[in-house]
Amino acid sequence: MHPAFSVVFFTTATGAGYGLLALLGVLGGLGLIPPDFWLGLIGMGLALGLIAAGLLSSTGHLGRPERAWRAFSQWRSSWLSREGVSSVLTFIPAGLFGIGWVFFGRTGGWVTLAGLLTAVGAIVTVCTTGMIYASLKPIAQWHSRFTLPGYLIFSAMTGSLLLNALLQGFGIDSNTLLATCLLLIVLGWGWKLATWHHNDRLEIPTTANTATGLAGGTVRSLEWPHTEENYLLKEMGFRIARKHGAKLRLVTQILAFALPGLLLLAAIFLPWPLAAIASVLAAFAQFAGMLVERWLFFAEAKHTVTLYYGR
Amino acid sequence: MTCLPAHTDKRLGLVIDLDTCVGCQACVTACKEWNTGGHMAPLTDIDPYGSNVDGVWFNRVHSYEHTTEMGGRTVNFPRSCLHCETPACVTVCPTGASYKRASDGIVLIDEDKCIGCKLCSWACPYGAREFDTDVGVMKKCTLCVDRIYNDNLAEEDRVPACVAACPTSARHFGDLGDPASAVSQLVADRGGVDLMPEMGYRPTNKYLPPRAHTQRAASVAAPALEPVRAEGGFLGWVDRMLSN
Repeated sequence: MHPAFSVVFFTTATGAGYGLLALLGVLGGLGLIPPDFWLGLIGMGLALGLIAAGLLSSTGHLGRPERAWRAFSQWRSSWLSREGVSSVLTFIPAGLFGIGWVFFGRTGGWVTLAGLLTAVGAIVTVCTTGMIYASLKPIAQWHSRFTLPGYLIFSAMTGSLLLNALLQGFGIDSNTLLATCLLLIVLGWGWKLATWHHNDRLEIPTTANTATGLAGGTVRSLEWPHTEENYLLKEMGFRIARKHGAKLRLVTQILAFALPGLLLLAAIFLPWPLAAIASVLAAFAQFAGMLVERWLFFAEAKHTVTLYYGR
Repeated sequence: MTCLPAHTDKRLGLVIDLDTCVGCQACVTACKEWNTGGHMAPLTDIDPYGSNVDGVWFNRVHSYEHTTEMGGRTVNFPRSCLHCETPACVTVCPTGASYKRASDGIVLIDEDKCIGCKLCSWACPYGAREFDTDVGVMKKCTLCVDRIYNDNLAEEDRVPACVAACPTSARHFGDLGDPASAVSQLVADRGGVDLMPEMGYRPTNKYLPPRAHTQRAASVAAPALEPVRAEGGFLGWVDRMLSN
């Protein structure tokens, strides 16, 4: 599948944004993060900013962005529509929580309720994003049990690293949060390795034989119907050289998991402000690594239409 | 609404005969000619005379070499929308632009509602939908909905343009939901198959596999050598020895 940057950035940014938003909603709403105007403003601003930037980026992928409002109508059948609806609905409790927690400096009561509802909305939205891909049968690498948990794990992982960087920046040192970040990094790394292991050994029942209805033997493409690449090949026939794939998987593992893990390990033992610097670097490195991971998620996915072209 | 109709009164579709298709591309050009002025018009061409030719087509004919233990042969393979019974291209549509008609089962796009998110083309395993980069919306085969019900055309012309154009009658149009229809009979007689049945989209269009290879020698070949008659004597002994 063609890795359009608008969609790669969209899923990575909103994943991190909703992860951070859910954590702020739960921890802030329950009073585990003390209400502080600047911390709250920057935290909520970062979370909602990433979400808004991601959503705006996704409209860049549309042929007719001015009609995007229509995408809220078909939530009964379409995961994309459900994603649109839940992403917009999440702004309501998130806005209320932001006002109560950041501007009024309150926790408890309606602010806690709004915080918890924000987290529910964020988790539901990430689930809908994952399901857009997991529900597509023609793309075996996506239509797998690894896709939805992957989106949730990476959202929690990137969100918690952002939260850690934020709190460390404000001099709030929490070894519990650092340990949680490290655990999520290990979980995310393991999940990604398991996903790649699964995808590399996929046995897809759809072949050039079933695609053409020609039973038995081999079916070899002699001639395409067109001389140049058409929409199908540009959008769904994207191919990545195997050697680049292996290198980019290594880059993903270093940037998204290994380097942030080492930096956060160091942060446990380092004094402020070195711990804060390490935490911020870890969040930046991981975001870059997740962009590479998401690029590969598209580039390594193979659509059944490529069988018609002998690819 | 992009939810699918529980039942369609008819199941209009095509039956494509891979035995008789000669790959002449007449259906391809007839489709383009009709539909660039039809329901989903235009079928935009980008840089048609340049080096990066691209454009929207509803029907494309591939050529394959099918090799089995019986030998190899060339199979020309027209590929277009199969108007599936459970088309995921419709259910994934976030705007309601894609729909399947309850009356005849035809899958269509309302171009005025399409936002060009391309998700439907990802959901179609057959590559039936093509994006029009110029207009910014998705396009697909309409089964010539503007021909088959068109009172201005002579009755024999009320078939999809590809069917009307085919010089070898490799394309047939009819109601595949009616077991007594000519197309259903043809599918039953010739063992018509679904493409990618394992995907579970339940395509309406059927493909008739090429007929089995015959054992007859081609008429242009030299006559086969006479078999050696079983006989006695020295030659019979040689024959038996060589036959061992």
